[in-house]
Amino acid sequence: MLKVENINVYYGAIHAVKDVSFEVAQGEIVTLIGANGAGKSTILKTVSGLLRSKTGRITFLGDDISSSEACKLTQRGLAHVPEGRRIFQQLTVEENLEMGGYLRSGTENKRTMRDVYERFPRVSERKRQIAGTLSGGEQQMLALGRSMMSLPKLIMMDEPSMGLAPVLVKQIFDIIRELNAAGVTILLVEQNARMALSVANRCYVLETGRIALEANAKELLDNDEVKKAYLGG
Amino acid sequence: MTFVYLMIIGLQIGSIYALVALGYSMVYGIVKLVNFAHGDIIMVGAYCVWYLTSRMSVPAWLAVPAAIVLCSFLGVMIEKIAYKPLRKSDRLALLVTAIGISLFLQNAVQIIFSADPRMFANIFEGTIAIGDRQFSNATAVTIAASTLIMIGLSLLVKRTKIGKAMRTVSEDGEAAQLMGINVNNTISFTFALGSGLAAVGSVFYCCSYSQIQPTMGNMLGLKAFVAAVLGGIGSIPGAMIGGVLIGITESFTRGFISSQLTDAVVFGILIVVLLIRPSGIFGRNIGEKV
Repeated sequence: MLKVENINVYYGAIHAVKDVSFEVAQGEIVTLIGANGAGKSTILKTVSGLLRSKTGRITFLGDDISSSEACKLTQRGLAHVPEGRRIFQQLTVEENLEMGGYLRSGTENKRTMRDVYERFPRVSERKRQIAGTLSGGEQQMLALGRSMMSLPKLIMMDEPSMGLAPVLVKQIFDIIRELNAAGVTILLVEQNARMALSVANRCYVLETGRIALEANAKELLDNDEVKKAYLGG
Repeated sequence: MTFVYLMIIGLQIGSIYALVALGYSMVYGIVKLVNFAHGDIIMVGAYCVWYLTSRMSVPAWLAVPAAIVLCSFLGVMIEKIAYKPLRKSDRLALLVTAIGISLFLQNAVQIIFSADPRMFANIFEGTIAIGDRQFSNATAVTIAASTLIMIGLSLLVKRTKIGKAMRTVSEDGEAAQLMGINVNNTISFTFALGSGLAAVGSVFYCCSYSQIQPTMGNMLGLKAFVAAVLGGIGSIPGAMIGGVLIGITESFTRGFISSQLTDAVVFGILIVVLLIRPSGIFGRNIGEKV
């Protein structure tokens, strides 16, 4: 479904992503794990067109999207929940959702919004509130809900568990499972490797901009040696 | 009665400042640029109406929309040619470019129409009486039309899709793109809207001050900028309130203190705002985005 081949991304002179290739197949949950600064977010931003790779190719559903503009992304069925949620703080909760479905029709949006509210009752209770007044967990739910508004085939999530209490982290991962069960393919970037591996089918471990390992998620969780090396014991 | 008179005159000039300040504020909100060429777009609008009505005998009802279209187009082109290539560079480079565009427009108009002041005929002739005072029809039209325009603009920004897109781009351009919002189009729309409002403001301004010249945008632009800062630059209601407050302050200073002190008072307000509350009346104190 998504195929990333041999990308190299630079921030000025810093070589942040080195010869990275990976694939996500339809229906999968794939996770990219690695320490802070390993290049995880950079990879997602490159896929979505916010950053450009100097080399290689990115294809989504057979189309080359390497030089596609970021604003064309949702049209293709690809959604990106950026790091730090990045909800629109000054808009109301409902307006945030509307923006998520910016390229969809009003009737489609009404229908999808009903689904989102059903999945996130907390968000529904606060739909008239200014989004900036929501708690961290609610903001993350809103960010996920907002990405669902474009009816994506693949959602890329950047650290959805960041800064959340364990009970909320569990909720978020439950939702990821549910979304996947509903047919959405998921590419998940996480620092919380254990949680990520517990929901993922496959995993890529990143180390300083390079893919160090590709593995089946369950195997990786069961392998003591790998656990020691990559998950800190 | 003097009080009411000064208040009405203050509302009139204040509405004009508000229309111009909106352009500063919307553009600042979306590209974080103080567009110093904005004042000169007003001047171009004024020359356009003057040329069409007095040289080509085009009726005013046609000349004003033509000026609005011309100014909107000019605003969009300036953004595309001069500002867009600098979007990722230093803010200072952008600011200096804006000043350069301002000088360019002033000198271009000077070459075409010479530096001589031109007489601008009031297109809203006639007077109305309120109490024992006579007001020009321009006063009434300015206040009424500006109020309607500002209500319309508020609704546009609050309710419509493009208005919401403007707000999202102004808050977080990257996240807006991820929603499928075309940032370039939204910025162009903002420049078109701001410049169109400037054209409307220029018509109202010229109807009361009757004289136009290539440097006329400097002072008007600067005062509208003070209004935008007073209201909180980037804030749309702020620009409206700031404009009206500056207009009323000016009018009362002229009426009760001295007409020579009006500019000093206006710029004194700028200094006080910057010292006491740099974010302005409606400004939010948000830290710089990382």
